[in-house]
Amino acid sequence: MIPLNWYLILSAVLFTIGVVGVFFRRDLITLFMCVELQLNGANLALIAFSRSLGDVAGQIIVFFVITVAAAEAAVGLAIMIALFHHKENLDSERVDLMKG
Amino acid sequence: MIAIAAFFLLAAIAVASAVAMLFQRNAVNSCLCLVLAFFALAGLYVLLGSPFIAAIQVIVYAGAIMVLFLFVIMLLNLTAREQPQKRPRVLPFAVAFGLMLFIELVVALRSPAGQVAASRAPETTVEEIGTQLFTHYIYPFELSSVLILAAIVGAVMLAKKKL
Repeated sequence: MIPLNWYLILSAVLFTIGVVGVFFRRDLITLFMCVELQLNGANLALIAFSRSLGDVAGQIIVFFVITVAAAEAAVGLAIMIALFHHKENLDSERVDLMKG
Repeated sequence: MIAIAAFFLLAAIAVASAVAMLFQRNAVNSCLCLVLAFFALAGLYVLLGSPFIAAIQVIVYAGAIMVLFLFVIMLLNLTAREQPQKRPRVLPFAVAFGLMLFIELVVALRSPAGQVAASRAPETTVEEIGTQLFTHYIYPFELSSVLILAAIVGAVMLAKKKL
């Protein structure tokens, strides 16, 4: 028997690793992977609650999260390709055109 | 007993490969570490009795999304040499903030209600998910197809040098 709390703590750990990665990494592509890791941490909590409460809604939300993540990855990576053509690298510190 | 062992094994793989992702110099390696973490999460979903979500985790996340990442990394030829990697000075602050966030999340999530077994309710079947998805959640489902169409058009528009 695995308590629900274990799953929730694991999802918190994964989410935190994602947040630390967003602060720590500089190249946009790894930064983007950290965001995907955060989404997966949230998904794990949703699935654990879905199973524990016997409610299928949690799994359906995860289904939509994965759909949105796919759309997000497609657009985000296209932006990175455009940025790379413009700047020749993917350094997040050098993308400061909108800084006033 | 086997379930607990499987949980710890999969959790260890997921956390270890997520941490390994942060400290890889090469973007291809960190992408592959993340694929490993996604496979471990798919195993945890099976353990939670959600084989459908486990299948789409492997097919869509590990299969489609991460292959798209790999494809872009290889297309742009991002080598470790010319890419900026990390912010070493930021690491202590990032870890401190991460610890604070983690403690906050644990305090928020921890409750006596969470002591119960995760698998106390009966498993939901794929049939049930399908029925719900095509009756109660039909509008979000159709909207997500519009979203994906918009993403396809947007990605082509953004990535093309000249239209």
